[in-house]
Amino acid sequence: MLKPGKHLVLGNIACAEGALRAGCRLFAGYPITPANEITEYMSNELPKANGSFLQMEDEIASIAACIGGSWAGAKAMTATSGPGFSLMQENLSYAHMTETPLVVVDVQRSGPSTGQSTDASQQDFYQARYGAHGDYEIIALSPWSAQEMFDLTIRAFNLAEQYRTPVYFLADGMIGHIREELAVPENIDVINRKAPSGPSVTPFGTDDPSLVPEMPKFGQGYRLQVTGSSHRPNGVRDSSPKVHGDIIRRIMKKIAQAEPKIRDVAKLNLDDAKIGVISFGASARPSYGAVKKTREEGIKAGLLRLKTLWPLPEEEFTKLANQVDAILVVEMNAGKLVREVQRVACGETKIASLTRLGGVTPTQGDIAQEIRRLAQ
Amino acid sequence: MKNLGQLKADYIVQNLNAFCPGCGNGIILNCFVRAVDDLGWNVNDILCVSGIGCSSWIPSPHFRGDTLHTTHGRALAFATGAKVFNPSLKTVVFTGDGDGAGIGGNHLIHAARRNIGLTCILVNNFNYAMTGGQIAPTTLHDSKTSTSPYGNPEQPFDIAKLVAAAGATYVAKWTTNHVLELTRSIKEAMQNPGFSFIEVLSQCPTQQRNILGVRAPPQELPSRLLDMLAESTYINDGEEKRSYIYTVLAGEPTSALKAVEKALGDSGKAQLVDHLTLGRVARVEATDIEAAKARLGIPEVKRITDSREGKQEIGVFVRKQRLEYTEALREVGRRARGEQ
Ligand SMILES: Cc1ncc(C[n+]2csc(CCOP(=O)(O)OP(=O)(O)O)c2C)c(N)n1
Ligand code: SF4
Ligand SMILES: [Mg+2]
Repeated sequence: MLKPGKHLVLGNIACAEGALRAGCRLFAGYPITPANEITEYMSNELPKANGSFLQMEDEIASIAACIGGSWAGAKAMTATSGPGFSLMQENLSYAHMTETPLVVVDVQRSGPSTGQSTDASQQDFYQARYGAHGDYEIIALSPWSAQEMFDLTIRAFNLAEQYRTPVYFLADGMIGHIREELAVPENIDVINRKAPSGPSVTPFGTDDPSLVPEMPKFGQGYRLQVTGSSHRPNGVRDSSPKVHGDIIRRIMKKIAQAEPKIRDVAKLNLDDAKIGVISFGASARPSYGAVKKTREEGIKAGLLRLKTLWPLPEEEFTKLANQVDAILVVEMNAGKLVREVQRVACGETKIASLTRLGGVTPTQGDIAQEIRRLAQ
Repeated sequence: MKNLGQLKADYIVQNLNAFCPGCGNGIILNCFVRAVDDLGWNVNDILCVSGIGCSSWIPSPHFRGDTLHTTHGRALAFATGAKVFNPSLKTVVFTGDGDGAGIGGNHLIHAARRNIGLTCILVNNFNYAMTGGQIAPTTLHDSKTSTSPYGNPEQPFDIAKLVAAAGATYVAKWTTNHVLELTRSIKEAMQNPGFSFIEVLSQCPTQQRNILGVRAPPQELPSRLLDMLAESTYINDGEEKRSYIYTVLAGEPTSALKAVEKALGDSGKAQLVDHLTLGRVARVEATDIEAAKARLGIPEVKRITDSREGKQEIGVFVRKQRLEYTEALREVGRRARGEQ
């Protein structure tokens, strides 16, 4: 593990460091570019920290081992990219249904399919949200620097533990492979799951307003029944309409109602902005450059950078739409976030989209050009 | 030895029974809790992990210990994570032939290769029972299932051999007719430090009625199937009486049997039995087998077979020791921390 202080590291290493600092002690993964450095670093560091590193036979097994480990009491993580993330979807659905805390890192690469394999994209924006079957809400974070690969990984673990849910860490090949300064603090805040407060426990139901039940672990004598089938608060399988409806509504509401607390956005030059750029991850970097450049030219541009992608910070979109003359959504896919902005802010202001395919970020010049056009 | 009522009170949740009448899964549950009770282990230390399918319901919702009922085929991978993080959990995985050898076959061979300290009990009922009796990787060639109405074009796996070849350190195969042997094997398996695998051939009255073509009234079917499992297997190191043969019959079995009995005279005795691969056949016992055979050249006898033909070998196949996976991980940890 890195000592507190400044280091020059790869984004992926910062992510692995963040995980270790947050208390991750089980990692199960399968090799895939551009996530390999996380997996390799964990294989090096976890055994030193009395943790377990597992290289599994595929990504299905990797996420399964994380879920099993989490119920044995571990803070668990896996790291992958698009194809592996697709393989994990069924078990992620299981993790939502069983309210299993864990962190899934997706260092996004350019698809569909093998696509450009090693190059960056932001194409899993919807796969993270809707990839698995059934109804559920997710928390997804998006880092734009090596520092945030560290900071937001810690936050991902804390959110997973606090809300008893899988948390999606949507990095991309560019931020994963960027080499930047990382400041490792002396102390960090770590949140742990709520342990049972007494000799009996209802692991899938609660009266607490947070709607997050206590989470026991295997081997404590609670004789847990954990199942992906619809279940009563005590875990017993029951597929009646009421029981199913109750559990789905609760697991969705526990996240939806906490959206204002989960939400994390950075507002850059936004106070007096008339052109609002919305972006995240790697594409937010040239977006910020373009905002500064066009400001020098006298255009009041600003950037809303999303650090939490899901739950969607809808209120921020509405506020921005009411403030600016036009919104420009910048992303590295064929246009995904822009659909959400349109859905939320349609009719409030003009909404434009700048997308970039090909495994590269849009250039600052292209974005500045678009801002100028919208400012006319 | 505790009676069934006591065992039920000690180890089984409520009064649940998730299975069809006469299902083999209840027998396997019974053998499992008996084994746990005999071992005298604390139930709180036992974790049962299962996949999806009728056989995966053996522990969940029935067993009154920790249970993790997972996704189709993946139970071993879930169990691996739990066991690695807490090696003191005595972990038993229940899976089906479809669950464990079909969709989850890859996890099965890799768990065996790693020699992780789990016990895996695979219930082989020759089909995907829960979904309505489709072809499984264990379905016999030519069986008619709901997805092989003209007969199964595929050939089945020998799962126990597969897992033995992959490196498991305890491998056994029994049937639901071998309850004492199965219970003993579960105890042995749970005490083996490495990966233990037990395949159990089991009766599924609901689907096997069609798949194995056993025509009998519902109340007779389970016992007919149980007898069939005994008839169609032989114990690998067992002393077996081999002074019998089977005759494959032409026409209606009961009248064909009469013809066989008549042809045999005093030279042997014949009785109708169900056989996994031969169907409803006459088992002929005789002191002088050759003499009996000579009398059976009648139109009602299509074919005479050796006592072993088409049978499955059961018993304990592997008992060995090699480095267990969580122990190997601890070794890696000591090396990483420079403790040696
Ligand atoms: C990914 C996935 N595919 C298909 C199914 C449907 N399914 C449920 S049970 C089952 C068959 C189980 O067969 P087996 O493991 O042999 O168990 P059995 O019911 O025969 O005991 C299938 C295919 C599923 N639940 N998940
Ligand atoms: S379908 Fe077959 S395996 Fe499933 S519960 Fe019924 S008898 Fe048992
Ligand atoms: Mg089956």
